[in-house]
Amino acid sequence: MKRMQEAQRSVEFKEEMRKARKAEADRARRTISDEKAERRRAAKNGFSNPANPSRSIALTFVCALFVIYCLFPFLYLLVNSTKTQADFTSTFGLGFGKSFALWDNLVTVFTYQDGIFGRWLLNTVLYVVLGAGGATLLAIMGGYALAKFRFPGRRLCFAIIIGSISVPGIALAVPQFLLFAKVGLTNTPWSMIIPSLVSTFGLYLMWIFSDQAVPDELLEAARVDGAGEMRTFFQISLPLLAPGIVTTALFTIVATWNNYFLPLIMLKDSNWYPLTIGLNQWKDQASTAGGQAIQNLVITGSLVTIIPLVVAFLLLQKYWQSGLAAGAVKE
Amino acid sequence: MSEQMVDRSAVAAQQPSTTASPRKEAGYVHRHRADWRGWKFMWPFALVFVFVFVVPIVYAVWISFFQNRMIGGTSFVGLQNYSRLFVDAQFWSSVGRVALFTVVQVPIMLFLAGVMALALDSLKLHGTKFFRISTFLPYAVPAVVSTMIWGFVYGSKYGLVGSLNDVFGTNIDVLKPSVLLAAIGNINTWEFTGYNMLIFYSSLSTIPHALYEAASIDGASEWQTIRRIKIPELRGSLAITVIFSIIGSFQLFNEPSVLQNMVPGNAITTYYTPNMYAYNLSFAGGQSNYAAALAIVMAVMTMAIAYMVQLKSMKEQMK
Repeated sequence: MKRMQEAQRSVEFKEEMRKARKAEADRARRTISDEKAERRRAAKNGFSNPANPSRSIALTFVCALFVIYCLFPFLYLLVNSTKTQADFTSTFGLGFGKSFALWDNLVTVFTYQDGIFGRWLLNTVLYVVLGAGGATLLAIMGGYALAKFRFPGRRLCFAIIIGSISVPGIALAVPQFLLFAKVGLTNTPWSMIIPSLVSTFGLYLMWIFSDQAVPDELLEAARVDGAGEMRTFFQISLPLLAPGIVTTALFTIVATWNNYFLPLIMLKDSNWYPLTIGLNQWKDQASTAGGQAIQNLVITGSLVTIIPLVVAFLLLQKYWQSGLAAGAVKE
Repeated sequence: MSEQMVDRSAVAAQQPSTTASPRKEAGYVHRHRADWRGWKFMWPFALVFVFVFVVPIVYAVWISFFQNRMIGGTSFVGLQNYSRLFVDAQFWSSVGRVALFTVVQVPIMLFLAGVMALALDSLKLHGTKFFRISTFLPYAVPAVVSTMIWGFVYGSKYGLVGSLNDVFGTNIDVLKPSVLLAAIGNINTWEFTGYNMLIFYSSLSTIPHALYEAASIDGASEWQTIRRIKIPELRGSLAITVIFSIIGSFQLFNEPSVLQNMVPGNAITTYYTPNMYAYNLSFAGGQSNYAAALAIVMAVMTMAIAYMVQLKSMKEQMK
């Protein structure tokens, strides 16, 4: 009985949500048409609203050239992932080949060398979940601490972290490798995960976010009500930080997913490779003596590699754009 | 444990004088007690940071004073690695290359990013949202993948450039040594213009719209609004993007390293950039100590330049 009521309520709730979304979409449509009308009036009477200027075709055209530059490598990748190796080397770079081999290529990518590409994909996911996930968690807590507490050593933390941004990766990578080799961590997933746990950029973002999104008064109120620091953090602050967390997570995920240098020095066993190193190895196969050129697989594999991130960026636009905007306020 | 926490925070709540607004409680005699609560949240980051950042840097400085010889093992050599570095022609040629790269590529990229940000912010484009997302999209592509794509495009044998050469009967080679650096610069520009654009755009979007309305009522032209309101606003984020770009191009590694096998001959040497030189020294040459010295010199140089840029931009903002 109770369950039925709950089911009933959730149906009602979904219905409400649907209505709300529809109303929102209607409103957006009305805004667009109103703005259009305003621009038409402005064109007639010469008084234009600075928040709604008339659209310029010339400017759009110039910017479109730049967008073409930005998007054409994606097009190149898409087109060439449909070609066989023979077509890739013989047909026009931006035209389709004689046969449509996208599905064949995808199957071959995942079955070539006993399906090692799948293994690389899983490795990458593992590094991202533990490395980027951990980095996000540490950045949230650290940024919150820097923004909301005046603890001893805070200024020192701050100076060291800001200073660390300008230390080149190589200055770290060589000694990191030597130290990890000493404790026997190289060539294990840990050598990839542990260094990924530190994201100074993430910490910086979360610091600014916590500073703006969590009001001191709210924290004081929770403390007066007897909530411990941990409880205040999880129940009060964390929900308020959600957009910042999505932004930080997205940037740490990109950094880990795309990392090339760290796995290059840390991992020798191809079973632990992430996608970036694996793809580069496939690419280099063409230039080794007697190696079979598999550029069609390299290209299709690249396509598979970038799709998750591109989709994530498209779906989470709202969050990361507001996240970066918050970062800019502080500058 | 949790009870203890509640206790301590309850105490803190009763005596907010230690944390916030001490001036309000000016009448009270309050003891300055250190507030350690922040460390509850700071310690995980600090711990990992010490382990993967502070310790390796200290270690790098330490080993840069030693030398590892085939015969005789590791011995203390003082500053010998550094003095050797200062007369190492290969090292300086790599530094010169990234310096040239920085001086040319960074301004082009930031100019494009700034113009795009201003265009998007002007609200005059048809489909602003599409423009914003599609210029940023290259940032989501791994450096390895973008270098491979561009490498295939550049290829004169079966790449796009090769196809175009066939069609037009030309003989263009964008991977020949004289233009190779520009070809790499193009890859970097493609990868990071959108990212910098977004930073500029974000800072522009913080300008209150009332300011534009006021300017428009005062009869300011579009160009005057850009010059007097928008460009000054961009200064702050310009310092950040300049510093990050300089650091990025001094660390140039991924693009030339991936491109190495795609370029005919030995155009990309093992000492093409300082990072590649350090990598090859320590992982192919077994000269980790020398590589550590190189890395430290590069770190100091990068920090010095970043600091100078920061100082200059701060002075400009003071004016």
